[in-house]
Amino acid sequence: MKIRATQAIMECLLEQGVDTVFGYPGGTILNVYDELYNYRDKLHHILTSHEQGAAHAADGYARSTGKVGVCFATSGPGTTNLTTGIATAHMDSSPVVFLTCNVTEPLLGKDAFQEVDITGIAMPITKATYLVRDAATIPDVMRQAFAVAATGRPGPVLIDFLKNVTDPSVMIDYEFIPWTENRSCSSIQSLARSHGLKAPEPDAQDIAILADMIARSERPMLICGGGVVRGRAHRQFRELAEKLDAPVAITVMGGGGFPGGHPLATGMIGMHGSRASNVACDECDLLIAVGCRFSDRVALQPDTFASQAKIVHIDIDRSEIDKNVLTDHHIIGSARRVLEMLNPLLPQYSHPEWKAHILSLREGAETDEGDALTHVKILEAIRRLAPEDTIVATDVGQHQMWSIQHFHFSYPGQLLTSGGFGTMGFGLGAAIGAQLGNPDKRVIHVTGDGCFRMNCHELSTVEHYRLPIISVVFNNGTLGMVRQWQSLIYHNRYSATTLDRGPDFVKLAEAYGLRGYRVTTPEEMESAFRDALSAGCGCVLDCRLDIDEMVRPMVPGGAHITDFLIK
Amino acid sequence: MKKTFNPEKKLYTLAILVQDIPGVLSQVARLFSRKGYNIESIVSGETDKPGVTRITIVILGDELMVGQIAAQCRKLIPVLAVKLLDEATAIQREFALIKVRAADRNARDEVIQMSNIFRAKIIDVGRDTLTVAVFGDRDKTAALIGLLDGYGILEIAKTGTLSIERGNSTIYDNNKLKEEYNYGKNVL
Repeated sequence: MKIRATQAIMECLLEQGVDTVFGYPGGTILNVYDELYNYRDKLHHILTSHEQGAAHAADGYARSTGKVGVCFATSGPGTTNLTTGIATAHMDSSPVVFLTCNVTEPLLGKDAFQEVDITGIAMPITKATYLVRDAATIPDVMRQAFAVAATGRPGPVLIDFLKNVTDPSVMIDYEFIPWTENRSCSSIQSLARSHGLKAPEPDAQDIAILADMIARSERPMLICGGGVVRGRAHRQFRELAEKLDAPVAITVMGGGGFPGGHPLATGMIGMHGSRASNVACDECDLLIAVGCRFSDRVALQPDTFASQAKIVHIDIDRSEIDKNVLTDHHIIGSARRVLEMLNPLLPQYSHPEWKAHILSLREGAETDEGDALTHVKILEAIRRLAPEDTIVATDVGQHQMWSIQHFHFSYPGQLLTSGGFGTMGFGLGAAIGAQLGNPDKRVIHVTGDGCFRMNCHELSTVEHYRLPIISVVFNNGTLGMVRQWQSLIYHNRYSATTLDRGPDFVKLAEAYGLRGYRVTTPEEMESAFRDALSAGCGCVLDCRLDIDEMVRPMVPGGAHITDFLIK
Repeated sequence: MKKTFNPEKKLYTLAILVQDIPGVLSQVARLFSRKGYNIESIVSGETDKPGVTRITIVILGDELMVGQIAAQCRKLIPVLAVKLLDEATAIQREFALIKVRAADRNARDEVIQMSNIFRAKIIDVGRDTLTVAVFGDRDKTAALIGLLDGYGILEIAKTGTLSIERGNSTIYDNNKLKEEYNYGKNVL
C-alpha cells in the first residue's frame, strides 16, 4: 500500500501502541505536524512550553508507565533544547524515542536557518541515532528505533528526518505490522544478528555459583538498583530478599523496586545513605547488587567499597561489569529473569544476629516535635494525607534526598527522579508525563526554589491540560544542596547560591491560572495540602524553610562509605 | 575471588567490524575519546563483505580498560563484531613512506643499503632526496625510521597498524568467548 511518508510515521507510532506524544512544532517539522492533525483523534499531542519540558514529560511518561515515551521537536534550537532531556533519559536508562526534523537535503551542511547536526550532538547521549534521508526507510527505521529503545537496557533513541523526506508528495510502501510481530521485519532481523535483541538468557551455571555463595554467606546484603525498577522485577526481588533474610539497601534509581517500609529495608545507600545501609555495606561478607552500576554516589571510594565482601553484580549490560567496582562474580541478564531462575534454588535462610545488628542501626523516620515548618513536617504531611500510591516526581538537591529518605515507595515508577544526570528542572515535566500516563493516580511534584524556577513555565501546560499536579516548593531561599557543601567544605563561603529574589511563587501560580498557597507553619501546610488535594487543578505550595537545613547523614565524595561528615 | 587484571600498560589491538554507514567511524572514534582512552592508531577499510567496514584501532592501556572499551564498543548499533587481537595469535603490519634527505653519494648508498636490509623499497628518487617505502610490523618501521633519522627525514606518511589472525581463525568465527562476553551476544 502506498501512503504518504508522514502518514507512515504516524502509522508506525500507532503500530507501537503510542497514544500520547509530547512536543513542540516549528519550521522543519511542519509536514509532520500537518499529518498529526489528521491523526489527532488517535495521537494525543501535548504541547509544552519548552522542548526541554516535552523531553522530560516523555521521559516521565516512560518511567511511570513502562511504555516508550515519544517526543517531537523541530530542527536547530528545538533539538538542542531536547539535549538535557535526552541525556537525563540516557543516564537513567529510560526508553524515549525523539523524532526531530532537519533542513531539506540541498540545504544540509550549508548552515541553513535552524540547522544543526543533532545526530552528531546526540550520539554520546543516546543508544542510537538515525538520520533519515530516504523516505522508503521510514518504517524500518521507526521499528528499529522502538526496538532499540525498549529492549535490553532501555534508553533514548533519536530519529532526525530531513524535511524533504516528510514532503506530502512523497509516497512510500507501507504495510501495518503490529509491534508484537515487529521482529519479523527485515531491519530488526539483521540487527538481531549482531546484537541480541532479547535480553540474554542468564547462564544456569553462573546462577548455581551464586546460590552456592549465598549458602556460604553469614552476612549477606542486597542492593536494589534501577534495573529492578526498569525491569519491573520488584516481585522477584522481594522474594529473594525475604528468602535471604538479608538487609536491603536501595539506590536512588532503585526507589520503588523494593518497598521502603519493608522490615528488611535499610534505606538509601551512599553519599546520603542511611547509617544502617552504609555500615551493612562495609561489614557484609556477600554483597549482591541487582541492576545497579556502583556510581560514584554509591561506591564513593571504589577501592574500599564492601571490602570484606564478595561482590556479585547482576546486570543486563555487560559493559557495566567491573566498570566502577571490581566484582567477584557476575550474572548477565535481566533482573527479572535472573531472579526467576535464582529464587527456586534457594531455601529459606535466616540471619537473625546479622540482621539484628544492622537493623538496630536504623534511625526510623525522622521526627520533628517543634513548631517551626521543617522539611520533616512537610514530608510528613504529604505522606499522611496523600494516597499511598501517589507518584512523586522530584527535581534535584536537598528536597530530592529528603523525599527519597522520607517516602516509602512501593512499586516501580512511583518515584521519578533524575538520579544519574541530576537534572534541575526535571520534576515538573516528569510530573506532567506521569499524570498523563496515569490519569487515575495522584502525582506530586516535590521541588526546591532553585529547581522550580528553571522550568516553572510548564505550569501553563499543567493549567491547559487541567492536570491536578501539586508542586510542593521547598523554598529556603538558596540552592540548598550547594549551600550545604559550602557550609561543610567551603568554610561558609556562600558563593552565588543565595536566591534572595523573586518570583513570588503564589502570584506566579495565580498568573498561570493555578492555585498558590503560602506555607510558613505546619498548620498551614496541613490545610493548604488538604485544600490542594481536593482542588481538582494544579496547585503550588510555597513552603518557607530555614536556609540552613541540611540533608543528613552525609559522606563526602571519595570518602569511605562509613566516614560520615555529618550524622 | 575477584578477577585480577594485568595492570601493565601496553598496546592492544582491537579489530572492529561495522556497517558501512555515514558517521560510523566518528561514532567509534568518539566513544574512545568520550571514555578517556587515547587512540594510538586507527585504520579503516572495506572487507570481503559488501557494506561491512573493518576498523583496526591500537590503544595504549591496561587489561581492564581494554575489556571495558571492547564491551562499550559492542553496544554501538552499527558495530557487528569486536575482537581483541594479541601478538601471539595475530599478525600485525603497518606501512610507511619516508622521504629522506640524501644529497651526496655516500648518504644515498647508505640509505639504499639500509633499505635493502629492511626489505624496504626506494619508490622515488629526487635530486637530493630518496623516498623509502617500508612494510612490516611496528618495531620494524620504527627501527628503520630511527636509522634514517640521522640523514634528515623530510616527511613521513604512515598507516596505522593492520592486524589479522594467524591460521584458520577469522573475525567471523563465533568470537564471543564466554569469559570475555558471556552468553555470546551483546545486549543492546
